[in-house]
Amino acid sequence: MKKVLAVILFCLSFPFLAKAQESNKFGAGEIHGNFQMMAQNYLVDSTIGAKEVSEKIRMNSFANLNYINGNFKAGMRYESYEKALLGFDPRYNGSDLTYRYATYTNDDLEFTIGNYYEQFGSGLIFRSYEERGLGIDNAMDGIRVKYKPTAGVYLKSVIGKQRFYFAKGEGIVRGLDAEFNLNEILSTFLPEFNPEKARYTYILGGSMVGKYQADNDPIRILPENVAAFAGRFNFISDKFNFYTEYAYKINDPSLTNGFIYKKGEALFVSANYSVKGFSLSASAKRVDNMDFRSDRNADVNNLTMSFLPAISKQHTYALPSFYPYATQPLGEIGEQFEVSYNFKKGTKLGGKYGTLVTINFSNANNLDTTQTGNEQGYSAAFFSKGKMLLYRDLNFEVVKKISPKLKTTYTYMYQVFNKDKVQNVSGFGTVFAHIAVFEMQYKINSKKTFRAELQSMRTKQDFGDWAVGLAEYTVSPHWFFAVIDQFNYGNAIAEKRAHYYSGSFGYTKNATRFIVGYGKQREGFLCVGGVCRLIPASYGLSLAISSTF
Amino acid sequence: MKAKKITLLFLFICAVLSVNAQNKIPAVNVKTIDGATFNTTNMVNDGKPIIIDFWATWCKPCVQELTAIADLYEDWQKVTGVKIYAVSIDDARNSARVKPFVNTRGWEYEILLDPNADLKRALNVGDIPHTFLINGKGEIVYQHAGYAPGDENELYEKLLGCINPEVK
Repeated sequence: MKKVLAVILFCLSFPFLAKAQESNKFGAGEIHGNFQMMAQNYLVDSTIGAKEVSEKIRMNSFANLNYINGNFKAGMRYESYEKALLGFDPRYNGSDLTYRYATYTNDDLEFTIGNYYEQFGSGLIFRSYEERGLGIDNAMDGIRVKYKPTAGVYLKSVIGKQRFYFAKGEGIVRGLDAEFNLNEILSTFLPEFNPEKARYTYILGGSMVGKYQADNDPIRILPENVAAFAGRFNFISDKFNFYTEYAYKINDPSLTNGFIYKKGEALFVSANYSVKGFSLSASAKRVDNMDFRSDRNADVNNLTMSFLPAISKQHTYALPSFYPYATQPLGEIGEQFEVSYNFKKGTKLGGKYGTLVTINFSNANNLDTTQTGNEQGYSAAFFSKGKMLLYRDLNFEVVKKISPKLKTTYTYMYQVFNKDKVQNVSGFGTVFAHIAVFEMQYKINSKKTFRAELQSMRTKQDFGDWAVGLAEYTVSPHWFFAVIDQFNYGNAIAEKRAHYYSGSFGYTKNATRFIVGYGKQREGFLCVGGVCRLIPASYGLSLAISSTF
Repeated sequence: MKAKKITLLFLFICAVLSVNAQNKIPAVNVKTIDGATFNTTNMVNDGKPIIIDFWATWCKPCVQELTAIADLYEDWQKVTGVKIYAVSIDDARNSARVKPFVNTRGWEYEILLDPNADLKRALNVGDIPHTFLINGKGEIVYQHAGYAPGDENELYEKLLGCINPEVK
């Protein structure tokens, strides 16, 4: 108690200290943060499968506070789930401080104690990150040091444990990453060489990550230390960009891979060429037994260390994103191509305001594997694809401005989605879908805009055909109003041909937003940044508030 | 444990009480579109204003906003000398897509990559798009979350309001 009192007294003197010393020193810092809350009331609707929720109202909220003073930063986040919204893991239960840190930066050295997020390369063997909207947070709790010993050399080291809801995972994570910008390094030897004006840039990187978890298994002998290595290379010129990264993991028997002792590996390659008005890009990825977590018994999105997003295009309209693809970390080989061309103003196809055309193709298959019948589980041929198609997507998009007031977008997409395999279910098989979207935006005047979307999905599988209509009216800078109806008109079961309608309006002032919604939400996957979460069907009133200060 | 947390919280409240009102961009490392490490303390524009716009290739309203401003950018630069940093928070799934995406559309912004949301977090940004206006002294004078067509007009008014007459 005495200690607490002492702290309080010490604190109370801050404002005076600050005034006494004017600028600089402790009291002269800045405090910023943000706040977000989302509440929903749940009603029952048997047609869409919205079940009774005993609390009637549930709410997720959090606030971040960050204090900055010169080279010193500190902050914290308080999170509250009373109780967590449907679709969030129920282990998010209650309210607590979940994140706190202090960072000091001194010229080329930076160290952080407490919580932090970090990524090595593209994240193949280590990415600690947050997607609050999806309930994903594998923040580290420990120590991080970043050091730049000389121009062009960037070193990072991490140690700690990862967040697991309101607790921490069992495994200890240790990692080291080094990145070398060869142009910047060269400039220290050749003072006349300016890396910013160089025609070509070369960047090399390498990382090493290890986890430790005690072996308490009564039968198996499990590796207590599992190491993973990754190397990357990036070549950049004005028009051309090439990136590749390869990762290797020693044997890591885990719940997700069925406790096999096979090594893991992943290869990612991407290349693109672009000039003003035209671009061409391609990427390929091969993932083999690369699910890497700081706890061998973790599953779903918990305690992940490897970040393996899909390389297919990320769709934003409701129906094209109805069947979102997620990488199969245990085994996949895939590729993606995109070409985009902006027909200039005044040409035949460009019309008066130009026309933007994008064609995109992506594909993912399983690996070509042979069961070995021993503790290795299987072996896989490196360059050959398996016979099972996991995902395919061919889509065309045309953006055309008709007049200064009217802009239209046309999208067509053909999609093949192996629902059983990707969503880990059975009896649904593979979905083949044709999807078309028409969008128009009409500017009534400098403040008022009307926008509408018409979408159609034709498929004989799963839920059958869908149609979506959306109308939105915005009044800048404060208001928006929207109504949407998603109609499952082609459902094989007549009683399930339901309308999922909803309406919402919102008010924005600077960095504060209020959104009120009412209606029905279909069961489905919500995806942000390539990670997805299943949201059950719901019906009711919702309120969201967010603010940055 | 509980007492420790309360103490920590209290320390913070104290810090809040003793804070002077300022509003600078925190120092964070991001990447340029050419792969080089870029510290945000290097976001400078010779005493003229700066706009920072957080976006992603998959974010429709963000692309709408940057497309609308792209048509006006040249005029804005002539009048105010403003420099726009468009910070993409695309992660590894899409970060290789950013350069072709920007070039096809002919955007002239300074593009930065923030694939693990370090700068986004440091500026307490929630959902995107989120726009900051920084005056010639490096102070954040205005910020806006979300985008509705026409919002660029309000941003321009605020931009005109913050031009330092001495520099002009």
